[in-house]
Amino acid sequence: MRELFADRHIGTDSAAQKSMLDAVGFASVDALMDAAVPSAIRVAEHGPGSGDVRASSLPPAATEREALAELRALARRNRVRRSMIGLGYVDTITPAVIQRNVLENPSWYTAYTPYQPEISQGRLEALINFQTMVADLTGLATANASMLDEATAVVEGMLLARRASGSGSNVFVVDADALPQTKALLAHRAEALGIELVTLDLSRSSSPQGVSRPAPVALPDCFGVFVQYPGASGLLWDPTEVAAQAHERGALVVAATDLLALTLVTAPGEFGADVAVGSSQRFGVPMGFGGPHAGFMAVRAGLERQLPGRLVGVSLDAAGYPAYRLSLQTREQHIRREKATSNICTAQVLLAVMASMYAVYHGPTGLKRIAHETSRQANLLAEALLAGGAELVHDSFFDTVRVRVPGRAAEVVAAAAERDVLLWQVDADTVHVTCDETTTTEDLDAVLAAFFGADAPAVSFKPVHRSIGPELHRASEYLTHPVFHTHHSETGMMRYLKYLADKDYALDRGMIPLGSCTMKLNAATEMAAVTWPEFAGLHPFAPESDVGGYLDLIEQLQTWLAEVTGYDAISLQPNAGSQGELAGLLAIRGFHRSRGEAERTVCLIPSSAHGTNAASAVLAGMRVVVVACDALGNVDLDDLRAKVTEHANDLAALMITYPSTHGVYEHDIREITSAVHAAGGQVYIDGANLNALLGYARFGDLGGDVSHLNLHKTFCIPHGGGGPGVGPVAAKAHLAAFLPGHPLQQRDVVAGRDGAAMPEHANIVSAAPYGSPSILPISWAYVRMMGADGLQRATGAAVLAANYVAARLREHFPVLYAGEHGLVAHECILDLRPLRDATGVTVDDVAKRLIDYGFHAPTMSFPVAGTLMVEPTESEDLAELDRFVDAMIQIKAEADAVAAGTWPRDDNPLVRAPHTAHAVIAGEWERPYSREQAVYPVPGLEHRKYWPPVRRIDQAYGDRNLVCACPPVEAFA
Amino acid sequence: MSELKYTAEHEWVAVDGDVATVGITAYAADKLGDVVYVDLPSAGASVAAGKVVGEIESTKSVGELFAPVDGEVVESNQAVVDDPSLVNADAFAAWLIKVRFTALPTLLSADEYAALTNE
Repeated sequence: MRELFADRHIGTDSAAQKSMLDAVGFASVDALMDAAVPSAIRVAEHGPGSGDVRASSLPPAATEREALAELRALARRNRVRRSMIGLGYVDTITPAVIQRNVLENPSWYTAYTPYQPEISQGRLEALINFQTMVADLTGLATANASMLDEATAVVEGMLLARRASGSGSNVFVVDADALPQTKALLAHRAEALGIELVTLDLSRSSSPQGVSRPAPVALPDCFGVFVQYPGASGLLWDPTEVAAQAHERGALVVAATDLLALTLVTAPGEFGADVAVGSSQRFGVPMGFGGPHAGFMAVRAGLERQLPGRLVGVSLDAAGYPAYRLSLQTREQHIRREKATSNICTAQVLLAVMASMYAVYHGPTGLKRIAHETSRQANLLAEALLAGGAELVHDSFFDTVRVRVPGRAAEVVAAAAERDVLLWQVDADTVHVTCDETTTTEDLDAVLAAFFGADAPAVSFKPVHRSIGPELHRASEYLTHPVFHTHHSETGMMRYLKYLADKDYALDRGMIPLGSCTMKLNAATEMAAVTWPEFAGLHPFAPESDVGGYLDLIEQLQTWLAEVTGYDAISLQPNAGSQGELAGLLAIRGFHRSRGEAERTVCLIPSSAHGTNAASAVLAGMRVVVVACDALGNVDLDDLRAKVTEHANDLAALMITYPSTHGVYEHDIREITSAVHAAGGQVYIDGANLNALLGYARFGDLGGDVSHLNLHKTFCIPHGGGGPGVGPVAAKAHLAAFLPGHPLQQRDVVAGRDGAAMPEHANIVSAAPYGSPSILPISWAYVRMMGADGLQRATGAAVLAANYVAARLREHFPVLYAGEHGLVAHECILDLRPLRDATGVTVDDVAKRLIDYGFHAPTMSFPVAGTLMVEPTESEDLAELDRFVDAMIQIKAEADAVAAGTWPRDDNPLVRAPHTAHAVIAGEWERPYSREQAVYPVPGLEHRKYWPPVRRIDQAYGDRNLVCACPPVEAFA
Repeated sequence: MSELKYTAEHEWVAVDGDVATVGITAYAADKLGDVVYVDLPSAGASVAAGKVVGEIESTKSVGELFAPVDGEVVESNQAVVDDPSLVNADAFAAWLIKVRFTALPTLLSADEYAALTNE
């Protein structure tokens, strides 16, 4: 018999499932699912096992070996040529020690977002290195722990400028020399928010070397000014004057910049920028046909609390030692809901870690060498071009040379392509060539041959023309912290990465039962193709003929995802669930406007919804109206009907999560969606909980018009410690024309809009046409190896696991919000409030105590304060589920001992948790409980102990004393 | 100075002549938890009753400060800006803003406020 990958992916075998079913009280998984999932929403009459799950386009499950062979065939249809296209993406050398020990290491890629800081100190340190690196290089006070990409970071910079500027203007000035994808994204996002963009040729106001100084551009009244530095054209110019003018008008200056260039040239903070953004891709992260890469944002002092996304800071643990944590979390979208100023949630942690380690490995001297070498190649090329009689567009540049070749641009680009070098054709008369750390003399020879044929001048080796004027030379120091000077040998680097990984808890240690996060297996076979050169080495704007394998993979994955969700069209472009949400809401907005119903702007959101829903609605230009929920957490139908009636004329959409955020299959879902449709509204179904439905029900059949999916939850892309994510937006045919495309895409891969008129900005929501393609082989492999049956089996196993945990823990903790038959969906909410009332032990204490037992805590206080939400997923085996259940039961007994007075309320293993090795070894032991009780509370831990590196972290101290850069080494003495 | 008045937004108001001193109640401070940051309007800012004029941020959430009266801010409490934990230490001592008002709206009495917070 063939070995099925599903048997490896699903942690429980049939014997284990049998004993779990006994505990839950059902004879089979089918019977359990029949009872749990309302029959009205099921995909087929015939039920599981019949083969009729309407997933007809999914091929039968492939084995791991077969799937890899198919991926290799797809990879072979990609053609990796030397890219000198530039435009925000350049080739780079990923140090092998970083590829092997970070990108290919489950200790890094299977970790979750560091919301439990005590068990996340390793990646928090890596992220604070990232923040220090970005802040130093940009010359600004504080950087965050990454953005989704450069173009969306520019949009966030625009939004930050709007709220921080005192100006009453709604005008944002955009540099004419900005990247094309950034311009398109600004246009799409600004339009929904009523921001007026004014594009100006800002670099005209400065003086490129050797060019007579033109009159400065006069800025209009505005709240912000965006400059690209160096420009998309490669032009290196001095924005000091523009910045001064902007500040006179009360506007903020947002600069998109290049970290490598900044090792040589004046930093944005030094020319007056208030905000700097960009991509850290060229710090060792492969182009990957567009992503994922870590964007960044840094701000000057005084704007820290305006930063979107995540910010790592330093606080103290219970012993007074410095410890890292996420700062200012209450400013995030999930808390602020419709008052949020950004919907950014996921970051690009894995890629930010890689980029920061590139800087740690090379240090400031190494980075400067790489920058000099890159600049030298560009200068050699420029000189040879001039020697051959070509005309350069400008002579002040870092890595990019623009060449005027009247009427010959297409011919030159084609001639270069014949020599396997990709150049960028700006227009009929202009070609643009970008150098990077991988550029060789042979590459330059090929470029010159493309321009001049047999008469090409040779590349010289004499001292070269200086393309960086003395007025732009960087004088200030950067990366002075010892971490950037210590780990330069490969041995040192390998050990630093191991030292950090050892501090963290990831899926390679044990279960991460985070409700709503779906921390399932990220299989090794799924991960294999990510680093293959045919997937990693492609530029996002490479010619269509070079990327056939990728485009086919994308279209296959889209077809499969559409099939299993009941939709007609999918765009894989959004780089996170929040971005998929935004894309979906913008599609709804576009749809209403196309029908002359621009007044439809009200978005109904149930009170139980995740806060990001509301934040995304606001950023899509909508007005949030909250719909009440009943005691079970379900949408209150009467209130919904009342709100729908009240907003019959201006209803745009309802956003609803299914199963609900409380983990319940609501029976009224069809009535809810029908009521909204009857009033002319569209239904957005949040796909966060798709892991409870796949193979059993489809959003499209429930009345959904559009949804986002989280490939990093249901479809096995690893969380990477807090990103990358992929949040495809899926829609019915009538919305297809409004889904994201891209002005520079090779092919429109969104089904169902052939010939549809697209706006100039193509509804773009990410910098790259297909988002983060290099991680799509992961989800492709998952679906390919599971097949329709395997996906359905996984859902059944996930629902069984959650119900098993609920059944075993019910007598110890109340389980909230069970549906009919007392069943939950794929996650269960344990109510710890009665425990707190009886014992004083809080949800925090339980979460931290779980660390002592060797677990990552479940989701805390979402969707209900004072509760834990447990999502075991299908991938955990019965032994691990039992280990978790036993830990929870034992912790309950400890809390009862506190209630009984055995231990004081302020001195017991719960309030003191977690316990470090140091805490139980150092000095005299003066606790009322034993050291064994502290760190080995259950048998077996002696052999598999995870030791937290710090004790409980003081959250308030860190937010009151905001420090977001590497602390001095002495702090840890 | 008259006895303290309250708002439904969990603020206390002490009226002295035409100046109202405003803070948040101990109940609100307790619900917010550890206050880590306050953002207050500067002197000279004009405020309108019922409108948000500042923010009180804790480790759990971000609360908003509403102006209880129409008027002009005469002073904001720099000591609390510098050390937000003062709000938790004694919410009734840690005043936030003083507003010169034109007319005093009806505010809640101590009993009425107690009834409101008596869950």
